[in-house]
This record gives sequence, C-alpha cells and structure tokens, in this order.
Amino acid sequence: MVERHIGLSIFCHVVLLLGAAAVGMPLYFAFVAGSLTVGEVQQVPFPLLPGDHFVENTIGAWNEGDFGQLYINSFIVTVGIVVGKLTVSIIAAFAVTYFRFPFRMTAFWLIFISLMLPVEVRIIPTYEAVADAGGPLRSFFEAIGLTGFLANTTGYQLDAALQWNMVNTYSGLILPLIASASATFLFRQFFLTVPDELCEAAKLDGAGPLKFFRDVLLPLSSANIAALSIILFLYGWNQYLWPLLFTTEKEMYTAMIGLKDLIPVADAQPAWNIAMAASFFVMAPPALVILLMQRWFTKGLVDSSK
Amino acid sequence: MPASDALRLDEGAATRPRFPLLPWLGSLVGSSETGLKASHFRRPWLAAGLVAPQLLILLFFFFIPTWKALSLAFVQVDPFGGTMIFVGLDNFTTLFSSPEYRDSAVLTLWFTTVQCVATLLVAGLLAFATDQVMRGKAIYKGVILLPYAIAPAISGVLWAFLFNPTVGPLAHMLHDLGFAWDPNRRPFDALLLVSVAAVWKHICYDYIFLVAAFLAVPASVIEAGAIDGARPVRRFLTITLPMAAPTIFFLIVMNFVYGLFETFGIIDTITHGGPAGSTNTLVYKVYQDGFRQLDLGSSAAQSVVLMAIAILFTVLQFRAVERKVNYQV
Repeated sequence: MVERHIGLSIFCHVVLLLGAAAVGMPLYFAFVAGSLTVGEVQQVPFPLLPGDHFVENTIGAWNEGDFGQLYINSFIVTVGIVVGKLTVSIIAAFAVTYFRFPFRMTAFWLIFISLMLPVEVRIIPTYEAVADAGGPLRSFFEAIGLTGFLANTTGYQLDAALQWNMVNTYSGLILPLIASASATFLFRQFFLTVPDELCEAAKLDGAGPLKFFRDVLLPLSSANIAALSIILFLYGWNQYLWPLLFTTEKEMYTAMIGLKDLIPVADAQPAWNIAMAASFFVMAPPALVILLMQRWFTKGLVDSSK
Repeated sequence: MPASDALRLDEGAATRPRFPLLPWLGSLVGSSETGLKASHFRRPWLAAGLVAPQLLILLFFFFIPTWKALSLAFVQVDPFGGTMIFVGLDNFTTLFSSPEYRDSAVLTLWFTTVQCVATLLVAGLLAFATDQVMRGKAIYKGVILLPYAIAPAISGVLWAFLFNPTVGPLAHMLHDLGFAWDPNRRPFDALLLVSVAAVWKHICYDYIFLVAAFLAVPASVIEAGAIDGARPVRRFLTITLPMAAPTIFFLIVMNFVYGLFETFGIIDTITHGGPAGSTNTLVYKVYQDGFRQLDLGSSAAQSVVLMAIAILFTVLQFRAVERKVNYQV
C-alpha cells in the first residue's frame, strides 16, 4: 500500500464530481424540459427546477409518435440482431476452429475480411442489395440461361419469383447489421483458449461434434455470450442510419426514428418538452441494461478488444 | 465414432490467436493449421453447413454490395436510361478536384482529431481520478458510463436542445455572456456543438478502457516507485501512463473510427451537415450525395475512398490489439 495525499484525494473527488455533473447535466435539463408545458419551455431564463407535466408529456409523446408500435418494432429488430448474430457467429467460429475441411482458410479469410468495412461506408450499395436481394440471383440464372430455359419449357417466370424487396421488412432491418464478423472473431479467439483436453475427452467418451458443442463449448462460452448480448443489444437498439434509410412506412419505424420525427424543426411550434420526454423512454431500455449489468458489460467490452 | 475423428496429438497446432495481415496464398486451399485446434473433427459437410449461414449473409450483404460500390465508382450512370459507361478514374478526379469534397475532408480531419484528443484527455483525467479515490467509485463510474447506453442520435437531440438558440438553457447563458451563439447560422458554432455532443457520448468508452488499464498496472511497481520517493502524479506520469501506452494507442485508433463512421446520428439530428456544409463530414456527404442528390457515381467513388480509410484503420486497430497483447505484464 502506498501513501495517500489528502490534497490529491480532494482534487480527484472534485474532478469526478465535475465529470459526473457534466455527464448528467444534459440529462437533467432534458428532464426539466420534459416536465414543462410548451409555453414554459420557451421562457428566458430557462427554469432550473422541473415542472409537473412529465407524465403528461410522456403520454402525449407516446401517443403522438405511436410509440407502442415503434417499441415493438425496435424490440423485434434488436432481438433479431442479438440472436441472429450470436447464432450465426458462434457456429461459424466453431466450424473454423474445430473442423478440418477443404477451403477452411478460404472461409476464414472470407469471413474476417468483412471486419474491414463498417456498414456506414457502403450504405448505398447495401441499400440497393437489400432493396433487390434477388438481383444477383436473377443475373446469375439469366447468365447461365436457366431463366430463358424455364420460361420456354414450363412457362415459369423465374425473374418474377426472384423479386425480393426487403425495404420496410424486419429482415431488411436485421440482416445487413448481422453481416459482420466481429462476433465470429471474438468467439474464435475464445475457442482457441479452450483446453484441447476437453475436446479429446469428449471424443473418447464418444461424443460427436454437435454434442461436444452443445454440452461443452456452449456452457463454457456463457460468460462471453452474456457480455456480447449486452453489447449487441445496445448496438441494435441504438441503430439510426440503417432504419432511417430502410423504413419509409411509419408502421415500420423504430423508436429511434420516431424520436427523430419529434424534434421541432424551424418555423414549427418548438415542442421541445414533448421531444425531451420522448427521449427518456427511447433511451430507457439500453440505460436499464447498462445500469443493471454494468460489471458484465465493462468486462466484456475490455476483453473483447484483446 | 468415425475413425477420421481419431485423436491427433502429434499435429502441432499453431493456435496463437494472431491475425496475420496477409494470408499465404497457398494456405487458402491447403491444409493450413493456423487457428485450428490440435484436437479437431473431420466432418467436412457438417463444417460447411455450420459456416454456410455466415457466408451467405456476407455474400448478400457484404461482398455483393462492396463489389457494386467498387464497380459503380468507375462508371457513369445515366439517371434515366440506366445505361452505364466506363469512365475509368473520372469519378475520382472529379471528386478530388471538387472544392466541396476537399472542404469536407479537411473538416472531417479537424473534427475527428479534436474529438479524439478531447475525449482522451477528459477520459484520462477522470480515469486517473477514479484510480486515486477510495470512496464512491461505483457511483462515479455508474454515472460516467451512462452515455454508453445513449445512442449518438439521442446525444444529438439532447445537445441540439441545450444549445438551441431560442429555447436552449446553455445557449441563453452564452447569449448573456455576450456571445452571438447560433449553430443554425454560424458554421463554427455548429461544428463546436457537434464536437461537444460527439465527445460527451464517447468519453465513457475511453474511460472504461483507461480505468481497466490503470488498474492492471501491478501494485508492486507502483510501490517501488513510492519507495523511491515518487509522488502520485509523478508515479502516474512515469509508470502508469507508459504502461497504459498500448491501450492509449488502441483508443486513438478507436476514437478516429468513431469520429469518422459513428457520428452520423449526431450530425443528422443537430445540423444535417449545415450550415453551408460546415458539418458535412465524409460519411454524411456520402449519404447526402447518394440519397438526397442521387449522384450515384460520385457517391460510389466516395464510398471507395471511405473503404480505403476504413481498411487503414482496421489494420492499425489489429496492430494496436497485437501490441497490447505483447506488452501486457
């Protein structure tokens, strides 16, 4: 144990208090604004104490934005991203670390090269790809002549059958965000640290690969799965750019896009009280997750970059 | 149990979790042992079935879009007929000679650098203080970590309100102090506001990593410093900070990645890239040009430039991670 300095301790507490205040200040003012009426929110100077319209504004915002539906959408998309990405990643990581098969390294590099490009840099082509997911298949069948052959022989229109437009669908909101290998990479790194003896023992006991995966590897990965689920939940819930591009009908909006629609624009009535009240229930699910599972998630986050 | 699944203890597996930057071409098809467990299975069809979902998703939502972006960057598309003409590097030369694009690049560099340095400094100070104090750690941490849960878009909404020139409480204060604050009209104000919102949202990330890094410094080394008469601040500067250097390098890379690619929501909710393009970063400009102006050729060329930047940062990131593993005590 080393010596302690009273002066330094006080300084550090002051720094931390200031830091916490700076972090909390926008949230406090948002709460104050959310508890005022439209008239009060435009006062100069701005009131420093909350009013008593918070519940009223929250209900107003909830109904105005039809957040019941948007909340359901957000939950479906987020759970889809978490479950989908975890499932796809863990079995892919299992395959590349525990199986010897031809083109194993090809599969490995095809997967890991996708770590290089975040979805933001390929927004437009991804949009096209998802708006017309059948396009590549159509051109492929066209090129090998299958389309013409089927049309001539059976009258079946392959072109028409391969029109998959995923705009305004849940799969369109989920699949492009699953298409990254980050989770696969983490699981692979973890599997490489699992002792070889476990797999050998399982084999001696006559367990096949799937049994080994289910009874040994999955239970061992539970801590990683939990930490990754938290991180992916935040990632999915907080998505903004993709739902913005990919939802044109109000029924398919996510909660985040619904909130954006409540921001007052120039020349409109500055209903910031409604927008601020809404921001609280939109950020509530991830905030609760962070508050309740702080230890899991900080450990998971730091470990995941190793 | 199939005979092919027999134990293979003799095969040395190269299980070092490393990420070589360039694969040996031969190892792509051959039976390379890289990253293969010494004890493994031989069921090629099962393995193929297990990687298939990942590969299919990547094919449709990663490889085909990336290929399209690359090919679109070298053609000119007629907006009505849909015919394509190969134009070589024309899209790129037009892009780089456009003053708007250059402004956007300079602005992005300025924004990401300021954001990166400010985030690291504030998070470093807070992490240092957290490392020193005894009481109340959990509460401080809980509050400081909260923005991690908050989406960039919501951070944007909160700060847009605080500094809104007509209703925002902090804008009122600035006006009282005599500043003509107005992010809707004054480019510098807009950029400052976007930077503040971006830093506020990202401090928690750097903070988590720095707290963990400072905590990982062995107590014995700190005590040795104390015995030699080094006071806390000196110990921090000469022992803790150098030992956390790999983490700091990693965070610099991650801050740049965040500033470049993840601040879209902040910009879109606060300024929409304005006023006069003063917050139109490279990623926001791709969206503007592609979805608002429908200039697909230019937008694809911009995507390719961004891809190059993203690849550069991924390489740096892997280097940072490797260094971290190697240097950790």
